[in-house]
Parts: sequence; structure tokens; C-alpha cells
Amino acid sequence: MSTFADTTFTSPERIRNFCIIAHIDHGKSTLADRVLQLTGVLDERAYRDQYLDRMDLERERGITIKSQNVRLPWQVDGADHVLHLIDTPGHVDFTYEVSRSLAACEGAILLVDAAQGIEAQTLANLYLAMEHDLEIIPVLNKIDLPAAEPDRYAAELAHIIGCEESDVLRVSAKSGQGVSDVLDSVVLNVPAPSGDADAPARAMIFDSVYDTYRGVITYIRVMDGRITPRERIRMMSTGATHELLEVGIISPDQKPSKGLGVGEVGYLITGVKDVRQSRVGDTVTFDKNGAEQPLPGYRDPVPMVYSGLFPMDGSDYPVLRDALDKLLLNDAALTYEPETSGALGFGFRCGFLGLLHLEITRARLEREFNLNLISTAPNVVYSVTLEDGSDTDVTNPSDWPEGKISEVREPMAKCTVIAPSEFVGPIMELCQSRRGNLDGMDYLSETRVELRYTIPLAEIVFDFFDHLKSRTRGYASMDYEEIGMQASSLVKVDILLQGEAVDAFSAIVHKDNAYSYGSRMANKLQELIPRQQFEVPIQASVGSRIIARETVRAMRKDVLAKCYGGDISRKRKLLEKQKEGKKKMKTVGRVEVPQEAFVAALSTDEGSGKEDKENKDKKGKK
Amino acid sequence: MSTQPTGDPAPEDGSLPASALTTLGRRPFGVYVHVPFCATRCGYCDFNTYTADELGSSAGFDGWLDGLRAELELGARVLAAGDNPVPAAETVFVGGGTPSLLGADRLGEVLGAIRDTFGLTAGVEVTTESNPESTSPEFFEGLRRAGYTRVSLGMQSAAEHVLRVLERRHTPGRAVEAAQEARAAGFEHVSLDLIYGTPGESTDDLRASLDAVLRAGVDHVSAYSLIVEDGTAMARKVRRGELPMPDEDVLAERYELIDEVLSGAGLGWYEVSNWASGVDARCGHNIGYWQGGDWWGAGPGAHSHVGGVRWWNVKHPARYSTMLGEGKSPAAAREVLDTADQRVERIMLELRLADGLPVEVLDDAGLLAAKQAVADGLLRAEALETGRCVLTDRGRLLADGVVTRLLG
Repeated sequence: MSTFADTTFTSPERIRNFCIIAHIDHGKSTLADRVLQLTGVLDERAYRDQYLDRMDLERERGITIKSQNVRLPWQVDGADHVLHLIDTPGHVDFTYEVSRSLAACEGAILLVDAAQGIEAQTLANLYLAMEHDLEIIPVLNKIDLPAAEPDRYAAELAHIIGCEESDVLRVSAKSGQGVSDVLDSVVLNVPAPSGDADAPARAMIFDSVYDTYRGVITYIRVMDGRITPRERIRMMSTGATHELLEVGIISPDQKPSKGLGVGEVGYLITGVKDVRQSRVGDTVTFDKNGAEQPLPGYRDPVPMVYSGLFPMDGSDYPVLRDALDKLLLNDAALTYEPETSGALGFGFRCGFLGLLHLEITRARLEREFNLNLISTAPNVVYSVTLEDGSDTDVTNPSDWPEGKISEVREPMAKCTVIAPSEFVGPIMELCQSRRGNLDGMDYLSETRVELRYTIPLAEIVFDFFDHLKSRTRGYASMDYEEIGMQASSLVKVDILLQGEAVDAFSAIVHKDNAYSYGSRMANKLQELIPRQQFEVPIQASVGSRIIARETVRAMRKDVLAKCYGGDISRKRKLLEKQKEGKKKMKTVGRVEVPQEAFVAALSTDEGSGKEDKENKDKKGKK
Repeated sequence: MSTQPTGDPAPEDGSLPASALTTLGRRPFGVYVHVPFCATRCGYCDFNTYTADELGSSAGFDGWLDGLRAELELGARVLAAGDNPVPAAETVFVGGGTPSLLGADRLGEVLGAIRDTFGLTAGVEVTTESNPESTSPEFFEGLRRAGYTRVSLGMQSAAEHVLRVLERRHTPGRAVEAAQEARAAGFEHVSLDLIYGTPGESTDDLRASLDAVLRAGVDHVSAYSLIVEDGTAMARKVRRGELPMPDEDVLAERYELIDEVLSGAGLGWYEVSNWASGVDARCGHNIGYWQGGDWWGAGPGAHSHVGGVRWWNVKHPARYSTMLGEGKSPAAAREVLDTADQRVERIMLELRLADGLPVEVLDDAGLLAAKQAVADGLLRAEALETGRCVLTDRGRLLADGVVTRLLG
């Protein structure tokens, strides 16, 4: 079936570019699937649930990490239109990528679950869209759920956007009810793109993806002029030029075209193999007679969170290195450099946009490359000024300067939490314990409240979200944004086994929290480290001052009582097995520490588990 | 043991590699005989034993004895294949199982069969294990007449409730009585076995057992902490929480108590689980195990070692008899130790002895570890200076860990 949308160079007034802003699980992918079906782009036979989320990991976690986009035909009152649906990543870690997707659109569907209301991340992305002057089309999804409260949440959305409650569309993406109204509304309300068709070509990259067979696939939105194949293009941030091998549209698979005109969205293939050469936010122009000025808004990705990744089995180090090299092809934000830890051996210090980025990267390394990894506690970037006036950035506690420190600055974040109002107390308690400062609080409706905090980024990158979830029985959502550095009283706490510092356990914490971190770690390790043939003191120290101490008592008996003629072969084999097992132990000084102890000591499970229990107890008492 | 090691196939004719026979006669040589019979099976035991009900009539005492004779003959033939003469046995140890179930006459026949095949040296040490409830003055006298020189009695405990948990059938006073009967029958060397750390055993219970041991006037004591082996009835009870196991710290204290009481009474340790009143009172047969001696182990499931080759027989008495009846070796599998294996074994075994391990066996890393173990109070400083690794009192309880360290 051929349609109006099959050929490019469509007149801009017939084009509508839009995205969907939604929280995880609020039905974005289902709506996208429905739209593909409704526009006839995807027939029933080829239909696959949540077609747009291609990565397995994304399907599993129900989130979109890498966006996809698609060109759709749609008629309103007999007039043909082309819709470009630009899918956006949905998580705070990818705010910059979201902002580039938004910059490729003129409108956004704000999709909210009619049983849950708007969530903090959605709100953050909505504000981002409003900053980009996007036309917002408010839509409540899942209206057929028994728990749906469309009237209540329509009022909430109207309050937030400043529209009438009657403007809020009500759909069920699952059944398809109301979905064509949404598309009509896109055509009627979203402005057509504008641009200078005669100016030198300028197209913005809003995503780039590495494909094993085709190299990097770059997604662009043409702002001015025309992009046509078989010419040399230039990436304006780097000045690098590439032969443009192919230009095309996606509907829903890649289809080469004769080119793309103003307002059109499609893909480019140049044969480059690394997404770093095709960066999100960059401007594509022609090498000859190209544009002079790039489009505004390009930014280099800056890692916010660092963590050491170490293979459980030291011999997997080369596998980890190759795996990171491969991930890098598809992830312009990931950074890494080799790191050696006395406790964990050879690994890499990796920089991530945020916690989710870290988790996803780790999960992909483990799954796609069959690696078993230990990751150290995530770290933000501290800026340390020494008394001699020199400055250092510290991304790893091991690099904490030895000399006299005159000032330490840490990144701060503006954090927004939305939750049912009954949880205000526990949320405030948590934020205060994390050195948060309340900036303001707003009731979005009678029962839902938005809290705004200024909080050190370090306090939220570790286990803040887990704690927030467990204190609010999963109802709270949060979002944060970095807002610059602030001086703070920070110290490095070391954990010593038999007087020897274990680098993997060192942490930079506020001086008021040094004792609690130190004693918690010492306590945990005391339970985790098996008794040795000698006493093992575990100490926590700040500089040369010991702030906490525990002891693993010496083992008193290990000898198997009997060893006669019939026991010898079995016992020798047991020894050989033990020797193999010993290889899996990490040795700190003379102390043998099982891998599991490192994993357990570095994990946060225990803390949140306890809180869950507390909550259960409280619930029980009610 | 209930689980046998994995090994290489053993040849049907039982023959040994020529290399194993070149050193024959240069090491102590002994014969072990396994008696796979018990009146009942104790809940903690995972040894290769069978009750009459389990075996039925086909594999009774006589069938077993026929098999044993055949195996001893095979053994003498196999050892004669080398250039060295077949050595006479310096030690014989009849274990089980419950050898006393056979009665003194059959035990006499067993020793006779060994005399007829390998031969016995002039000063041969001949031990049999016995359960107190199946012995009598006549039994011991019969053993003496047959040529036995040593008796080892499974006393386990003097506390009735402990014996009950262990499912032992003798009454608390019977072991001491039996030891005294053995001495009266002329046995100079009598040993009592103790088990400590049984669920429910108190320190006072153990003290009472030790008092009883001393009253019995024996010259040798073995004491083992109860090991709950997988697959035993006791392991199931422990798993279900019906029997509370004492922790290792309590076991360490019990061991220290045993060592204190025994050495106070003139019984010094010569191996981590064995005490004797003098060098003559030590069990020469067991020392052979720990010092890399050669021995032929005859009987179902028995293990043997000759010149760096270890092998073990099929476990079931019926199969054992059948194989020998067909003229085949009853070996189930074997392993030929390389130099590295032999070194590991030397460290593992000789370190258990009060005489210790010569430092020449250690490599550089092991020697360094030995020095560290001295610093940790696990090896004796003065012994290391004279070239031997000898465990300290504390080190004895941590011998397995010290072995691992000395392996380098």
C-alpha cells in the first residue's frame, strides 16, 4: 500500500513533528504501537508488542533507552499529512538527549496514566517541552482501568498546563479508543515546521545508533535546505566530513529516499563506526556550500556519576575491555579508563550520565558479554582546592589528595519529588537525612504534593531512590537536575583490614556522616569476612584518626579429626579444590576476603531491606 | 568412607606399574583388613559397613573370608612381580565395621591368612578394632592366642545420653570393663576411642568420659570431634534442627580439655587426634599412613598404597566376593600420584604428627608461610630452627589451614 508519506520533500505545512512525554508504564509504547497500526504503517501480521522498544533490556525494564522514530501518513478532512513521531528516552539520566528530541518537534503528547496521575520525571520533561515552546496535547491513558480517575487527573493536568479540563483527551491505547482523536489533534494543534528551504542545509542530530551491519545510523531533523545523498557532509562540532551514503525515512523500517526537505525527519548513513563521530545535538551540513552557523544547543555529554567496574574473575579483564569498547560505539556518554584496585584488581573507572545509565551499562555488560562484575559505590565529581591553591577534580576516593585541603566543593542538584500527601513526613525525613534543603512544596491536587529540594548530588546517586520508594510504598516519583557546585565539609573515610586500607570501600562523605558510614561498613564486614587463622581488626579512619573498630575473631578449629588410609585421596582432592577456591578470594594484606563479601558490602540491599521491614511493621500496627 | 574418590580405571589383574614396585621394602609395610559388618548401623556412621539384614545370606562372614583369602593371595602375587622380595607385614590392622562380631576364631583365621601370604615380621604389631558390647574375657584371650598384640575399643563416651544420640549399643561402663579385660588377657597395648562434640554433650560429660578413660588404664587414646557426614541419619536430624550442633569454638575448648587431661596423665599427643603413653604405645600401623608407608588394604572398600599408587576396592561385599571368585582384582579405581601430588600428601599428612614435617618438603613460598605461621603461633619456633614444621597446641586445631598455607 503506497501512501502520501512514502515520498519525501513534503511541503512543510503538511508535516507535523511530535513526541510523547510519559512516565514508565504509563503506556507510551502501547500508544505508539496503536498509532503505527492505525496509520497502516505496521500491519497486523508484522505487529509486535511495543515495536518501538527494540532492545531486550528495554522491553524487560519497560523503559526506552534509545529512541526510535517513525514517519506516518494521516488524513484529516481528506487532506494528507505526514506525521513524524519522535520517541524520547524517558529517564532523567538522558535529559540532554530528551532535550534534543524535543528540539526536533513542534508538539508533544503529554501521556498520563488515568489511574496514577503525573509523575515527577514526566513533569520535568513537560517543563522541558514547554521551555522549547512545544504545543502540549494532554492525554489521559488507561481510562478503561477500574482504578482510573480521569476527572481527577484531568483537573490536575489542566492545573499544571493551564488549559481547560475539557481539552484533556481520554484514550485507551490498549483498546485503541480515542487514539485517532489524538492524531487529529496533533494535525490541528501542532504547528507546522518552518525553515528556509533555500538556505544551506542544516539538520540536527537527535539520536545516533550503532548497527553491526550498517555502522552508525544517525537520526536527523532537517531545519533548513535539503539533505541529499552522495555528497560530503560535515559535522559542525568537530568539522569531520563523511561521504553521505544513504538518506532515508523510517516507516517503520529504513527506506532510502531521494533526500529530506525542511521539517522532515529521517536517517543518514555515512559508514562511520562510532557514535562519537555523530553526536546528539550536532548540526549536519554539506561540506561544500555548507552553513556557517550551527544550530544552537549542542553540548558535549558530561559524566555525572563514576563507578569502578571490576570483573569477578580477574582473567575476564580483557573481555571487559573489549565489551566496553563495543558499548562505546553506541554510547557517546560513556567514558572509561583503566583502574587498578588493591582489593578488586584490574578494572575500569567508568563515567555515566546518572544511575540508570550505570545500571543499564552494567546489566548490558553482564548479559551481552557474559561478564560477572563488581561495581564500586557510585561517586560524583568533587572539586578540591588545596592550601597551596591548586585545584583537583576527584572522581575516585583513591585520588583524594593527601595534602592540606582548604576547600571541597560538591555538585548540587535540584530534586523534585511527587507523592501522595500522606508521605510528606517520611520524604522530608529522608531528604533531611541526606542533607537536603527544602525549597518549596506545592499541592498538585488535594492528595498529591510536589516537594522541591536542593540536595547534594552525591546523596541521591547512591540509594536515595530505593529509600524513597520504600518509604512511600512505591508511590513517589523523583527527578533531579544538577545546578552547580557548592562548598561542603567532606572527608574521606577509609576502611582498614589489619591496618591496610581497602580502596574499594573508601568513601567521600560529609563529616557528620563519617562515623555512621565507618561503623556501618566495619559492622557489615565483620559479619561478611570469614574467620581467619588470626584476629582481623577492621577499622574505619578519617586520615590517621580511627573512628570505628570491629574485630573478626581468630578461627579456633578447622582440623578434620580423622585422616587414615582411606581418607587420604579424598582429603588431597579436597585440598586441591580449596586451593582453587582460594584463587577466587581477594587477599587484602593477609586477609582472605571472598568475592561475595565485597559484593555484599558494596550493595545497598541490606539498608533498603531493613526499611521495607520497618514499613511492614508499621503497616501491621495500623 | 561413604563417598569414594574418583580415579583412573584399575587393571583387572590388580597389577601395579613397575615404578611402584621399585621402592618396595624400603618403606614400612602393613596390611589393613576391612570387616564390613555391624550388628546395627549407628546414625552418625558413614563407613562401609552392612548389617546382616542388609546383606542377606549370600555375603556372610564365610563368603567374606574366602574373598579376603583370595585377595591376600592376589596381593602377594602382585607385589612379587617386581625385582624386590615381597615384604613381610610389620603391622596388621583389622578395622571396620565391627571386627569383634567375627569372634576370636575367625579373627585368628584372618591373621593366619596374612601370615600365609605376605608373612609377618618378628615384632609385628597386630591390632583389631572391637566394640565393647561384643567382647568378653574369652574373646580377648582368644585374640592373644592368635597373635594379636593390640586392641582398639570404640568407647565414644561415658555418658549414657551421648551414647544414645550416637546410637551406640554398649552401656557406659562396658568400655572400661572391656579395656580391663583386654589388659587382664595380656594385652599391653589397649586403645580407647572417644567422640567429642556430640549434640547434647556437656563439658562435664566429656570430663566424666576422660575420667573413665584414665580409670581403664589404657596406653593409647584417639579422640575425634563428631563429623556429621552427608547422607547419614544424623545429618538429616541436624538439618531438620532436631540435633543442635556445637560450634567450632566449643569443639576447640573440648579438644583443649582432652589434651590437658590426657597429657596430665602421661599420654602425649603424637598425631592431632591420637595420644599415647610412649613411643611403643603409638599405633605403628597408622603412623605408616601418615609417613607415606606402603600397605595392602584387603576387604570391601579398603584403600591401599604402594609406591605412589593408591587404589580402593569395590564397596559392596557381594560384588567384592564375586570379583575375587572370578579371579579378578576387586579394585574399583586407582590413582598414580605424580611428584606434586606426593608432595601435597606429605605436607598434609606429616604435619599432623608431633614429629612434624621436614622443611625440605616445602618450596620457597611454603617456607615463607611456615615462618609466618610461627609468627602467628601455629608452628613451633624452635622446631623450625632445627628444620621441622611442628604444630603448636593452637596450631593443632588449625592444622588444615596451616597445611593450605604451607602448600604455597
